[in-house]
Amino acid sequence: MSLATALKSGDLAELPARRDEGWRWTDLRGLIRAVPPASPPLTVGTAGPFAAIDGETIVFGNGQRADGGTDLSFVAERDMTLQLRFVSDAINASQASTVAIDIGAGVSLVLLESHEGAGDYIASVEIGLEVERGAHLTRIVLVDEPADAILVSEARVVLHPGATFHQTILTTGGRRQRIETVVTHPGAGGSVRMDGVYLLGDRRHADITTEVTHARPDGVTNQLVKGCVSGQARAVFQGRIIVAKGADGTDAKMGHHGLILSERAEIDAKPELEIYADDVACAHGNTVGALDEEAIFYARSRGIPEAEARAMLTQAFVGEVVDRIEHDGARDVARAWVAKRLGGEA
Amino acid sequence: MLSIQNLHVRVGETEIIKGLSLDVPAGEVHAIMGPNGAGKSTLSYSLAGRPGYEVTAGSASLNGDDLLSLDPSERAAKGVFLSFQYPLEIPGVPGLTFLRTALNAQRKARGEDEVAAPAFLKLVRAQAAALKIDFEMLKRPLNVGFSGGEKKRMEILQMAVLSPRLLILDETDSGLDIDALRIVSEGVNAMRAPDRAMLVITHYQRLLDYIKPDRVHVLADGRIVASGGPELAHELEREGYDPILRQGAGKQAHLSAEAQGA
Repeated sequence: MSLATALKSGDLAELPARRDEGWRWTDLRGLIRAVPPASPPLTVGTAGPFAAIDGETIVFGNGQRADGGTDLSFVAERDMTLQLRFVSDAINASQASTVAIDIGAGVSLVLLESHEGAGDYIASVEIGLEVERGAHLTRIVLVDEPADAILVSEARVVLHPGATFHQTILTTGGRRQRIETVVTHPGAGGSVRMDGVYLLGDRRHADITTEVTHARPDGVTNQLVKGCVSGQARAVFQGRIIVAKGADGTDAKMGHHGLILSERAEIDAKPELEIYADDVACAHGNTVGALDEEAIFYARSRGIPEAEARAMLTQAFVGEVVDRIEHDGARDVARAWVAKRLGGEA
Repeated sequence: MLSIQNLHVRVGETEIIKGLSLDVPAGEVHAIMGPNGAGKSTLSYSLAGRPGYEVTAGSASLNGDDLLSLDPSERAAKGVFLSFQYPLEIPGVPGLTFLRTALNAQRKARGEDEVAAPAFLKLVRAQAAALKIDFEMLKRPLNVGFSGGEKKRMEILQMAVLSPRLLILDETDSGLDIDALRIVSEGVNAMRAPDRAMLVITHYQRLLDYIKPDRVHVLADGRIVASGGPELAHELEREGYDPILRQGAGKQAHLSAEAQGA
């Protein structure tokens, strides 16, 4: 049961619905009344958000490779930066993209993934990431979709011993949007970072769902997701960390902190730690609140106009997540993008 | 320079300032003293424009500009600076970023050019050194985890960099040890200027040993009940507020009788 299956079969019953526990805040069956026809092929003329950073590029246009290539699987055999772009432009149409990337043993890959588009399409993106022994994957996901688009992105990440995986998702949401990441963590000192930022306005929706399974001892997972909602926007955070029996010495931290900037905006959060091992260090924190009005007045009293003060404090709030991006170029792009979206200065 | 006429301020349902009038000419330092609950902080917040402080009557102007009709940030651009009794922590915003944003916002509001980064840093470095603030501290989020004394010094630094026309110091001495008090006071004294006025709000006379006022006013129950020279502060320190308050109450009673007679 998934959006991808529903698009393939045309069977609406395959769509995840409210009564499915993992989808109760991101109902698709109640939203999608008919499976629209497949999107037409798309020629992509624009440069992506990470264009300033050197590296190879794979472009999908409306679900098809749009860069001359045809392969849907890719192997990184040397250290590299790869831009993976999903560009959509369609009206009442749907598309499904699938891509698999294998990061070779000991290789370091910086994956700069972007989702951009125009129109009111339904898109499904399935990504398989295999991180071999001692390899390192940094994945930055920048989701900048139109307000009427529906997107479900599902990444399955398998880490082999000694591999590390650091991810940061940044999104402004869509009509309904789910960014899901499922990670199998081999332990053995490997570190996983699963960060995210959501900046939602108007009637936008975004759902950041993650699941990390610590299958073996001595793995580290650190997660920090922050965001803000205004207008009638709705953010969903579902974070699950599973520590399997025998995965002793696991060190897992999960934090989700949201800002509600208007009365009709909403944040739904479900942080879950499922621990079946005995000797672990696990912690989670979850807060949802408003901007500190006293701090706003303090900034105003120094001469900073109210809107600018709010933008500055909101930017600082989510900036903590952006600052954790190790890749300098990606961090700069993320910082500027957040500043622009929040109407402040970089 | 600062002119307050018959100011009435309500917070929620309660009237706190009840007909306060005060003039502070350019170049002068005026102290406002008074017992707890007299309305000292309410006065400073009202002048800065804090939301929730509702002015129901009266006026307050700075160099002829009506302050009460302006947004807090516009008041700052006109030259109002309130040094907070309890400075706020600003998570995630380095002190330097905050200060530069504030300075440039004020300059923009006044139609002036932004200050360039090198000139700004030079200015801040000099002021920080004078206040014995480690420059590295300015790279940390403003006031986050700072001690009471560090926060107060940071207030004075902001004041020195923003170079306001009217300085309102709200209980700046609270939480300061003697050394910090001396450093902070020297910082304030360095800002005395013919085109600048200061309102020093304090509960104790101690601060006024360091920052010498030209005039001392006693604020009680929302009004100025007595005014005098610097000696008034010493009198208050010696005898407490009671004698003056009794006198003030008598004067009020006398005035009302006069009003009735007229």
